[in-house]
Amino acid sequence: MVGPEAGNPAAAPMESAVKLGVRDLQISYGRETILDDVSFDIHEHEIFGIIGPANAGKTSFLKAVNRMDMFNPEMTVGGSITFNNVAVDKIRNVYGLRRRIGVVFPLPVGLPLSIYDNVALAPRLGGQKNRAELDIIVERCLTRAALWDEVKDRLNSLGSMLSGGQQQRLTIARALSQDPELLMLDEFSIAVDPVTTMRIEDVLKELRSEVTIILVTNLVQQARRLADRTAFFLEGGCVEVGLTEDLFTGEVKDQRTRDYVEGRFG
Amino acid sequence: MFEASALNRKNETRQKLFRFGLGTMTGILILPVVLIMGTLIYKGAPVISFEFLFASPTNGMTAGGIFPALLGTVLLVIVALLASVPLGVAAAIYLSEYAPDNWFTRAINLAIINLAGVPSIVHALFGVGAFVIFFKFGTSILAASLTLAIMTLPVVIVATRESLQAVPMAFREACWNMGATRWQTIRRVVLPNAITGILTGVILEVSRTAGETAPIMFTGAAFFLPLLPQTVFDQTMALSLHLFVVSTQVPGMPEQLPFGVALVLISMVLLMNSLSIALRMYLRGKKKW
Amino acid sequence: MERQSTGAVAGVDSSFDQLNRDWYIDKAVQILVFLGGISAIVFIIGIFIFISKEGFGFLVGDFNFREFFFSPNWRPTSESRETFGILALIAGTASVTGLAMLIAIPFSLGAAIFIAEFASGKTREFLKVTVELLAAIPSVVWGFIGLAIMNPVIIQTFDVPVGLNVLNAGVILGLMAAPIMTSIAEDALKAVPDRYREAAEAMGATRWQVIYKVVLPAAKNGLLGAVLLGVGRGFGETMAVLMATGHSINIPTSVFDSVRALTATIAAELGETAAGSSHYQALFTIGIFLFVITFIINLAADLIVRGIRKG
Repeated sequence: MVGPEAGNPAAAPMESAVKLGVRDLQISYGRETILDDVSFDIHEHEIFGIIGPANAGKTSFLKAVNRMDMFNPEMTVGGSITFNNVAVDKIRNVYGLRRRIGVVFPLPVGLPLSIYDNVALAPRLGGQKNRAELDIIVERCLTRAALWDEVKDRLNSLGSMLSGGQQQRLTIARALSQDPELLMLDEFSIAVDPVTTMRIEDVLKELRSEVTIILVTNLVQQARRLADRTAFFLEGGCVEVGLTEDLFTGEVKDQRTRDYVEGRFG
Repeated sequence: MFEASALNRKNETRQKLFRFGLGTMTGILILPVVLIMGTLIYKGAPVISFEFLFASPTNGMTAGGIFPALLGTVLLVIVALLASVPLGVAAAIYLSEYAPDNWFTRAINLAIINLAGVPSIVHALFGVGAFVIFFKFGTSILAASLTLAIMTLPVVIVATRESLQAVPMAFREACWNMGATRWQTIRRVVLPNAITGILTGVILEVSRTAGETAPIMFTGAAFFLPLLPQTVFDQTMALSLHLFVVSTQVPGMPEQLPFGVALVLISMVLLMNSLSIALRMYLRGKKKW
Repeated sequence: MERQSTGAVAGVDSSFDQLNRDWYIDKAVQILVFLGGISAIVFIIGIFIFISKEGFGFLVGDFNFREFFFSPNWRPTSESRETFGILALIAGTASVTGLAMLIAIPFSLGAAIFIAEFASGKTREFLKVTVELLAAIPSVVWGFIGLAIMNPVIIQTFDVPVGLNVLNAGVILGLMAAPIMTSIAEDALKAVPDRYREAAEAMGATRWQVIYKVVLPAAKNGLLGAVLLGVGRGFGETMAVLMATGHSINIPTSVFDSVRALTATIAAELGETAAGSSHYQALFTIGIFLFVITFIINLAADLIVRGIRKG
C-alpha cells in the first residue's frame, strides 16, 4: 500500500492544494467488504486515473465520495474522505457537496425531460432562472460533451429517447452543467464510438485548468493518454498509486500492476 | 410422438374440455351481469330525460327528477377529494420515496389494507363518532365527505404509489448525483412522470366515492331535503342514498323510477371507471423511456 | 458562477455545507409526507377508538357476553326487557356469506385460471376490463338488483312467497365478490414465473397438468388470500344485504328463509336510536365486533400473501 507521504515524488506531481483526501477508506455492503485500506490524495487540477478489473471497488469509491451511501442502507463507509479538507461524512447538507461534484456513471441515463431541460436542470436547481444564461450553459455543455451538433435542432425532444451513446454524452453534459469543482467519470466511453471518445478526451484535457478530474476506466491506454497520476485497484484494495508514466514504463512497486498494465490479466 | 397417439388424443380432448369448462365459468360470471345491465337499461332508459336529471323530486319523491341528489353526490365527491387526494398522494410519496423497509412501513401498509377492508358501515360508525359528534360538524356534507375520504384513501395511495414506483430508480439516482434534494427530484422528475397514473387513481376514487351509501347515511346525507345545501355544514341528498330511499322507503313508488335512478348512478360510476381504464391503456401505449 | 477560490494553500472550504432554503424545504416535505404516511395508521387506530368510545357505555353496562353472542334474540327496543343477542344476526351474515362464497370461489378461481392461463390478446384484455368494471358496481345498485330483479325471479322460479332471502342475497353477494376475487387470484397466477411453466412443459406435461401440478400449488397462497379477501368483502357488505335479505331476524333453516345481517342491522337501526342509549351503544358494539373480525381476516390474508413472496 502506498500512501502519499511527503518527499515521495509519486505522491504530488503538482504543488497544489489537496482536493480530495482519502484515508483508510473501507466500503462494505452488508457484511461483505468490497474496498479496504485505501489512502491517497488527489490534487487540484490533476486528472487522476483509476484502473483495475471489474469488481475492484472503483465505482463504490466514487459513490462514497458523492455520499450516495445515504440512499443505500446496505452500504457502509469507514475511514475518511475529505473534499476541500472537509470530511464528507460530517457534512450536513450533502446536496451542496454533490452540486460541486459532477459524476458520470457507466450506464447512461437520459432523464425523461427535454434535452434542454436535462442540461438546464442542475443550474435551475442552483437557482438560475435567466433563460439567456441557461441557453449559454446548455450550448456550452452540450458542445463540450460533443453532442451539440447532433441535437441542436431538437432540444425539445425527450432526453430519454436518445440513443445509448447520445444519452451517455447527455449525461456528461449534465455533469458539466453543474460547473463542478470535481468531475468523476466512470467508464464514460463504454457506449461511445472511438471518434467521439477522442473528442471528449480532448475536452477533458482542456478542462484540467478548471476542474479536478477522477477518471475511472477499464481502458488502460485511456488512463495513459489522460491521467497525470493513476491508481490501480484490485480485489478490494488499492495496489499502487503513482505517476501514470511510471506505471507504464515499468517503474512499479508491485508485480501485479505491471501484469495488469501489460494486459496479462483482467 | 409416434406411439402414444391414442394417449395424446385423450389428453387433447381433456384439455379442450378443461378449457371449455373454464371459459363457460367465466361466461357464467359475466352473463348475469350483462342481463341485469340490459334490464336496467330497458326499464330505466325511458325514465331518463332532461327534466329527470335537472328537476327536484315532487309528490313525495314519486315524481319529478333527481337533481338535488345528483348535485349532492357531486358536492360530496368534490369535498372528499379535496381531503383525500393531497393526503393520499403524500402518503404514497412517503411510501415510495422515503419509507425504509422495516416493521413500521409494514404497519403502514397493513393499515392501508385494513382501511380498504373495514366494512363501510364501520366507517359510517366512525364518521358518526368522530366527525358528527366529537368534532361537532353535525350531520353535514363535511362529515360525510371526510368519512368517504378516509374510506377511499387506499385507492389514491395504492394507485399513486404504483405510478411512482414505475419511474425507474436510475432517474432518481441521476438527479441525486447532480445535487438535487429528494424533494427536487420528486417534483422535477418523478411526479411529472407519474401524474397520469395518479390521475387514473383519482378517477377511480371518484367512482368509488360516488357509489358509496352506508358511510353517508348517518353522517350527512338525507332522504329528502326541500332546499339545496348552501354550505358544507348543511346536509345534502345523494344519488346512492336516493336509490335506496326510492326503492325501499317510499310507498306508492312507480316501478320505473328507481330503475332510472339506478341507471344514472351506474352509468356515472362505470363511465368514470372506463375513463380510468382508457387513460391507463393510453399511458401504456405511450412510453417515455 | 462565482465561487470562493481555495487557492494553492490547503484551506478548508466548507461554503457548500450550508443549510440553505432547498435543504429546509426538503426537510419540511419529508416531515409532511411522513405525516401523510402515518395517517393510515392514525385513521385505523382512530376508527377503533371512536367506535369503542361510543360503544363503551354498553360494554361496561348492559353487555352480557353470553347473551350477546349466544342469544338469538335481538330486541333492542322491547318495552319489558331489552335483549341484545346477535346470534341470529351472525347466522344471517354467515349463511349469506357462506352461500356467496360457495358460488363465488369456484367461479372466480375458474375465471382467473381461464384469464391467466388460456385467454390471450384481445380476449384477455376484454375479460380483464369487464371484471374490473363489474367490481366497480356500487353495492346499493346490487341491492336494488336483488330487490327489483332477483326477487320476482325467485318468487316465480321456486314458487315461494318471499324472494328476499338467503338465496337472493347469497347470489347477489357472490356476483359482487367474484370480480374482486377473480382479479386478485389472476394476479396470483400471473405471479408464478413463466420458467416454472416452461420447465414442466419441457418435461412433456400437458397444459392441464402444468396448471394442476405446477401453477396452482405455486400460487396457492395468493389464491387463499383472494378467497379470504372475498370473505371479508362479503362479511362487511352492507347495502346489498340490507336490501336483498328480507331483513328479518331468523336463524335460517333453508335458503328461502329471510335473514338479517350484522352490518344491515346497524344501517337500518342507527338512524332511529337516540345517541347514548343502550341500543345505540349496542350497535357500536356490533361495529367493534365487525372491525375486529375484518381486521383479523385482512391480517391473515396479508400474512398469507406475504408468505409466497418470501418463500
